[in-house]
Parts: sequence; structure tokens; C-alpha cells
Amino acid sequence: MKIVTTAKRVPDTTDVKTDPKTGVLIRTGIPTIVNPDDLNALEAALQLRDEVGGDSTVETVTMGRDVTIIKVHELLGMGADHSVLLSDRCFGGADTLVCSRTLAAGIEKIGDYDLVITGHQAIDGDTAQVGPEIARRLGIPCVTCVIDIKLKDEKTIEVVRELDDGTETIEAPLPCLLTVNSKINTPRYMTINNIVESYNSEDELLSVWNHEEIGLDPTECGLKASPTQVVRTYSPAPKGAGEMLEGTVPQMAASLVGKLAEKHLIK
Amino acid sequence: MDLKDYKGVWTFAEQHDGELLGVSIELLGEGRKLADALGVELSAVLIGSGMDELAKTLVEHGADNVYVADDPILAQYQNDSYSKVIKEAIDKYKPEIVLVGATHEGRELAPSVAAMLETGLTADCTALAINDDGNLVQTRPAFGGNLMAEILTAKHRPQMATVRPGVMDKAKKNADNKGNIVKLDADVKPEDIRTKIVEQVREVAGKISLTDADVIVAGGLGLGSADGFKLLQELADEFTNGTIAASRACVDAGWIDHSYQVGQTGVTVKPQIYFACGISGMIQHVSGMKGSKYIVAINKNPEADIFDIADYGIVGDLYEVVPAIIEEVKKAKAAAAEE
Repeated sequence: MKIVTTAKRVPDTTDVKTDPKTGVLIRTGIPTIVNPDDLNALEAALQLRDEVGGDSTVETVTMGRDVTIIKVHELLGMGADHSVLLSDRCFGGADTLVCSRTLAAGIEKIGDYDLVITGHQAIDGDTAQVGPEIARRLGIPCVTCVIDIKLKDEKTIEVVRELDDGTETIEAPLPCLLTVNSKINTPRYMTINNIVESYNSEDELLSVWNHEEIGLDPTECGLKASPTQVVRTYSPAPKGAGEMLEGTVPQMAASLVGKLAEKHLIK
Repeated sequence: MDLKDYKGVWTFAEQHDGELLGVSIELLGEGRKLADALGVELSAVLIGSGMDELAKTLVEHGADNVYVADDPILAQYQNDSYSKVIKEAIDKYKPEIVLVGATHEGRELAPSVAAMLETGLTADCTALAINDDGNLVQTRPAFGGNLMAEILTAKHRPQMATVRPGVMDKAKKNADNKGNIVKLDADVKPEDIRTKIVEQVREVAGKISLTDADVIVAGGLGLGSADGFKLLQELADEFTNGTIAASRACVDAGWIDHSYQVGQTGVTVKPQIYFACGISGMIQHVSGMKGSKYIVAINKNPEADIFDIADYGIVGDLYEVVPAIIEEVKKAKAAAAEE
């Protein structure tokens, strides 16, 4: 079985700050991580690979600048068999639609996949769009928010997905695409051996592909090809100051309920 | 692509087992404002089986047209069938704007359709407007709510956006509204649907949904343990449409199910009253509840960020303050009953 997962390098969002004067995002010196849901995707793939055994493999695809290669080594460190970094100046600034085009082209080049697993969403954008968009481009069925995966037979998979108000068990033919988040598993740690191996055997374990190698024209890539464009960013305005209640606990409680009752909120 | 060929505002009317979701009516409320600003018609797209009544409901809530695909094969949402129906309808009628609720279903369906149409899709919008060029200005939070971004899809049509449930005002119902109900000739064959639903488990009825609640009593790490939610539930029960909720920290600690989580990666809510009990006020949480009409913050730490956005702040131990509030609410209700 050949499983492909996607992974994105993202800023560690809790550390993201905006310049109070300009409202512009401060990007310098911000640590980056592999997007958490993508680690769950890789973990799910590794578990399936080990369950099926034989000549099963897990490959990963990542899009990013040269420096992203450090994060790709982390994926190999977790146990991926081979990793691809799609890196090209013309890929920069892609929105979700163009991102999915680029990643799908990378997955097509890997080829012969039985299953694609992506993280549900990335913590920098929270869009959850790239997975379903890749599925459409590859022409395979898509199930999002998957919390359990079972192989039924060589050609069929049974998954449990979350709904807004419950869960749904879905049977899908292979190949298909699943998106997963932290509920499905706990990602394993990297091992020292894997990391050492990933650097020693970088030539065999890690490929870097540009637009030509995945058959895309620069006009189809990056910011210029993206239908959505960010025209303005700003920090949200803080709400006006409220009122701090004072006195003993019973006094504050009485004062609060009195104010809410005045507004006809206690019925 | 000639942008002028595309006209009208569409909303996707999500329904489960014959019941419209609240967000479907919110989209009509927002869609009406956009359609009026553009001087075009507002239409809803409805997919399911036995949809006659719901189509009328959508007209009563302001849809000038309801495009209906009504077929037993469409009774349940399936990605393959629903995206095919919507894609073909958009190809035929060419709306300039398509709005979809940012529910589990909508966040899977919308990108599927956007990829088929090769158009832009903006996720989880919290505000929408029309600019001087007649383009849709889509505002959404990014980086955990630290930043707001305005996004345009100026050169592609339709302009697609998902909208967070609970953010927009619902359309008002008016039985005198008139609208056309247009049947879509949806040609979906069993072989078009590659996935199969084996089983559905809906959560127990009776639970009040966070987005529809009038009063929310939310707990954070300050609760100290899962047991604390029992006390919060007592306060919630004092209100006819009250429920408990939680910050992400409580969900991560395993104290409560994810479905109760308010915030950036949870649900966006805007109740009449939001009690934030032992919640520090991280921006990710605040982005999901700052639209509440009145925010009451209860926290031991007078420096907690939550007080910055609270309408009423009480510094104290929530295990003392919440019981005192419950007592006062009981008194106030008794007094109101005597009047």
C-alpha cells in the first residue's frame, strides 16, 4: 500500500504578534513547526503502513522555501519512507486553490498512491480547504474530519468522520483522500536513528522538485495565479472598557443580577 | 471569463433530515444586504429529498429564488452528489457570489465546488461588504484572531465564501414574501456517488446548541477539574435557553467534549449573556465569543485579559461567586413571578 501525506511548515501561532503601530504581522524570529494536524496525518499513515506491512510505504509532500527542508527531515525522523519538498520561487504566496494545484501536481508525480491523508487544517489559516481541493484535482473521493480509519479490504476503506452534531461511518473506495485532526491519534516522536539516516541518506530519501519537475507553468503558480488576494490586514479593535463590580461576593452577585434584570435578561 | 456574465447572490441552504440549520437563515439575512447593495436578486440553493416546505420557508425569509434539487438520492449530504449539483447549477445560472455556512459539511462542500470551478474561496468570514467596484470584501480572522484580513476575489467568479455560524443576523420571516421556486434538473446517478454512508450517530436530542443558546456559562482552566462544569450547568439551568461551554484548555485537559468548545478552533457564539468563569481570555477564545451581547467575567486574577472585553467583571473565586449568582437569579425570578 502506498500512502501519501501532506505537511506544511507554519509559524507557531501563539507567538505571533502584530506591530501595534502598523498592524503588520511581525514574522522575524518566530519559531516554526510542522502544522499539528499534518503530524496526525503522518501518524495515521505510519500506523496503516505498519498494519498492512509488506512493501507498504509512506511518502510526504511539502511546499515551501529552502529552509523548509529542516521540517521535512522531521517527517523522515518520524518514520516516513520518502519525502518531497516542492520548492520554487514561483510557488510563493499561493492561496488555497493554487496551493492545492501545486500539491496535487506533486502527488501525481509520486503516482500509484492508494490513499492520501492531509491534516484537516493549518493553524496559520484555519481554512480546511486544501484537502478537499486536492481530492477534486486528483479525481478521488474525499472524507474530511476523519477520527478513525479501518481497512476493509484491498480496495475499500471504512472511516468514521465527525459531523456538527454527531458522527458518520463512511465506506470509500481506494484511492481516496482523508483529512484528520488531533482526535485521531497522538503523533509519535522522531527517533535519533531516523533523523541521522535522513541526513546521511538525504539523496535517496528526500527529493526537491521545482515547477518544471511537476509539470506546472509559472503562470499557474503562486500569488499571481491565486484568485483570492489579501488587500488589507489590521488588528481587531478592542472593545470599550466594562465595569468592575466591587464589594463582598453576595454584594457583587446582587449587583450583577440587578443590572442584568434591568436589561430584561432575567426571566 | 467575462465577470459581467455573473449576476446575483446565492446562499447554500444546509438542512439535516428536513430541518434547516440556523446558519442557512443567517446567510439569507446577510445575503439580502449584499444583494440590495448590488441591486441583484437573492437566491437560495436547497438540496435534499421532500424539500417543498423548506423551499417555502426560504422564500418567507427573503429568497427571491429557491433553486431546488429534490430527489431521494440526495436525501443525505454526500460530497460527490452535492458538489456536482451545485457546480452544475452555478455553471448554468452564473451567480456572482456564493455563500456557504462554515459547518463541517459546508467546509467540505465549498472547497470541493471551488476547485471544480477554479475559483477563489475565503474561509470562515466574519464580515462581508460590497466595495465601490462591486466586488465582495471578505473579512476573516487569521493567525488565531490576532489579525483580521480583507480578501477580494476580483478577477474570478463566482466569489465564494464560507461564513461562520452565529456571526450574521438571521433574516426576518415574512409570510407575504414572494419568490420563485426553480427545480434544478439534477442528474445524479448512484454511480456518481463513490462513498457510502454506513451509519449516522446524531447526538442526543435536548442538548442546546451553542450557536442558538441565549445564555452561555463557560468554564476555563480556573475550574480546576471536570466536576466544575456541574456548578456551571446549575447556573445555565436557571435560564430557559442556557448551556455550558468551555475554553480549549478544558477540552485539551479532557474535562469536556470538543463540541462544547468556544473559540477559534471551536464554535463562534453570540448569546445575550456570556459568563466566562475561570477563563483567562486568550485571543483564540475571545475571537469566538466577543460578539456576545453582555460578557460577564469571573476570575481570581484581577489582571486576567478577559476583563478587558467584559461588560461586568467580578474578581473572586468562581466557586463562591457562581453559587451567589445562582441564588440572586433565583430571587430575581421569584420577584418577577410575583409581579
